[in-house]
Amino acid sequence: MLKNNARQLTYLEALREAMQQKMRADNDVYLIGEDIAEYGGAFGVTVGMLEEFGSERIRNTPISEEAIIGIAAGSAITGMRPIAEIMFSDFITIAMDQIANQAAKICYMFGGKARVPMVIRTAGGGGTGAAAQHSQSLEAIVAHIPGLKVVMPSCPYDAKGLLISSINDDNPVIFIEHKLLYKNKKYTNSVPEEMYEIPLGKGDIKKGGSDISIVATSYMVQKSLEAAEKLSLEKGIDCEVVDIRTLKPLDIDIILNSIKKTGKLICVEEAPVFGGFMGEVVAQVSEKGFDWLDAPIKRVAGRNCPVPYSLVLEQEMIPGVERIEKGILDLLG
Amino acid sequence: MSKKLYKDVNGYKIEDRFTGLSNDLKIEMLRKMYEIRHFENEAEQFIIRGMIHGTCHLYTGEEATAVGAICAIQSDDYITSTHRGHGHCIAKGADLNIMMAELLGKKTGYSKGKGGSMHIADVRSGNLGANGVVGGSIGIATGGALTCKMKKNGKIVVCFFGDGAANQGIFHSSINIASIWDLPVVYLCENNVYGMSTSVKEAFNIKRISDRKYAYGIEGLTIDGNDLIEVFNTISYFAGRCRTGKGPVLVESLTYRWSGHSKSDAQVYRTREEIKEWKERDPIKRYREILISRKIITEKDDSDLEKEVMNKIQKASEFARESPFPDPSEVEDDVYA
Ligand SMILES: Cc1ncc(C[n+]2csc(CCOP(=O)(O)OP(=O)(O)O)c2C)c(N)n1
Ligand SMILES: [Mg+2]
Repeated sequence: MLKNNARQLTYLEALREAMQQKMRADNDVYLIGEDIAEYGGAFGVTVGMLEEFGSERIRNTPISEEAIIGIAAGSAITGMRPIAEIMFSDFITIAMDQIANQAAKICYMFGGKARVPMVIRTAGGGGTGAAAQHSQSLEAIVAHIPGLKVVMPSCPYDAKGLLISSINDDNPVIFIEHKLLYKNKKYTNSVPEEMYEIPLGKGDIKKGGSDISIVATSYMVQKSLEAAEKLSLEKGIDCEVVDIRTLKPLDIDIILNSIKKTGKLICVEEAPVFGGFMGEVVAQVSEKGFDWLDAPIKRVAGRNCPVPYSLVLEQEMIPGVERIEKGILDLLG
Repeated sequence: MSKKLYKDVNGYKIEDRFTGLSNDLKIEMLRKMYEIRHFENEAEQFIIRGMIHGTCHLYTGEEATAVGAICAIQSDDYITSTHRGHGHCIAKGADLNIMMAELLGKKTGYSKGKGGSMHIADVRSGNLGANGVVGGSIGIATGGALTCKMKKNGKIVVCFFGDGAANQGIFHSSINIASIWDLPVVYLCENNVYGMSTSVKEAFNIKRISDRKYAYGIEGLTIDGNDLIEVFNTISYFAGRCRTGKGPVLVESLTYRWSGHSKSDAQVYRTREEIKEWKERDPIKRYREILISRKIITEKDDSDLEKEVMNKIQKASEFARESPFPDPSEVEDDVYA
């Protein structure tokens, strides 16, 4: 990991910088979405971009998710490189025809004669008390659809490099950001000023270790790191934390290599456990890495219910450090 | 008693049904508006004190639309509401204690703490729910109206939604179906000038959202949503029309939200002057002055009424604060799959 630059950015600043640099370099890149202009986006990611790029390229729309995605896809096949913002990932469901039946399928259906270079940036996850319709983690739904790449950065450094790669990619990318990462100073890290790419399809070892492999996505990577640190201090357990980073394409090798070393796997995700993305990870590991496992795989994930409002219930639904720790201790016996 | 013509707009001969109402009912409408205003003030206090875990969208300044429209329909008629739903919910007769408890995520709340501000429903009172998805309730309202028609139960649905929601696809497809099937829905668009930061000027290329009625072959018009009497008379008229099987209508109610969009909003998209101008058109002040000038209440009655309401809100607030949080073990209750 390039870490020669001392400049610390938040996740949100890293995302913004990626877009600004790409937009300065390539006139075909533009933004489309709700409240992204003078308001700067519901979470403030696009603040200041209207002033720099003007309303031609920072295209504020009415509340029309289906049209936002359709327009992005249509402009993408005809020469533009749109970045569409869907305010909450829950609302990709409103645009699902345009995502799943149109954008995802065009390249294949047209025999490879058209490309759809577009990014759908959207804020996922809970923990904000926004309840059932504004807190979901829907990555498994999109990852299931052939023709979509799915990216979930867990830190500012990854956010910038992965977003630049996503914009440069000639295919539709669903780029799921986490609301609790945007402004959190606890999770800043050093981000190079220049443009750089992190290839889609490459996971990352966020912390090396030899006793157990924790595979996680997005905000759960941060929670897993906290659990790993606690266990190391309190119990001398040496966890390896693997950040999947891109769900699709999936870097299964980084996971297999990790369990070769540790023999144990725990998968952590925020989405409800039933049908969650980690089910795919577990299936691939049992097909390709069974021999290296010396204990059953464990999943720590969201409970099988919509995300509740009340803080006490929300904390019960979404895994936190304690549940991850407990999962690890249970697995280690 | 023959009813006086209230307004002749676009050929609609809207009668004045307000004047003939009992004084009690007229005062009840003022009480409801006060309840909404003070409920929202208390909710705002909760926000400031960091007691609301999620977000809250306040209805302050728009009270006349909810109260006028809901008092114009029968108590067993249905409504569907929005993310800015406290006003509709109160006007439809919800219990303030139980509402307030839901805002604080308490077990005693309408959704047992699972829904919060954006998902309060009171199905018993005919409120089919607030909705976190902009436009999400337009289909639900239309389905409710289909039930009314198929069961021939004589009920209707008032579907509240914002100007922002009128640009969702579901607006178009639902109203078109309601039109071809003659479903009894009053589509009531609360045009409060903004959808989050986006002004209606920016989001529409038509003068009046109600002009969209032409596209569906239905009736409709635009009214002053800060004038309780105008809202009441218009919705009475159109609700009656719906009930006789003449199909849906589209009413645009012009109003303004006084607060920011939600918990955090720097309001860079509007000016202080604009807010001030609209505050001068305070729907409560306007209605109260009418009641006083028509000698339905005195100044003192009015201030007594407001105090009574404030007490009730304080009680609701206490109830909410003292209520227990749900137990974590309840997280999967009401999950069936
Ligand atoms: C489908 C959808 N898109 C975006 C949002 C985010 N959002 C919440 S309220 C809102 C503005 C709604 O405007 P309007 O319908 O006019 O209602 P108002 O807030 O003005 O009462 C937006 C964009 C949402 N909740 N649902
Ligand atoms: Mg609005």
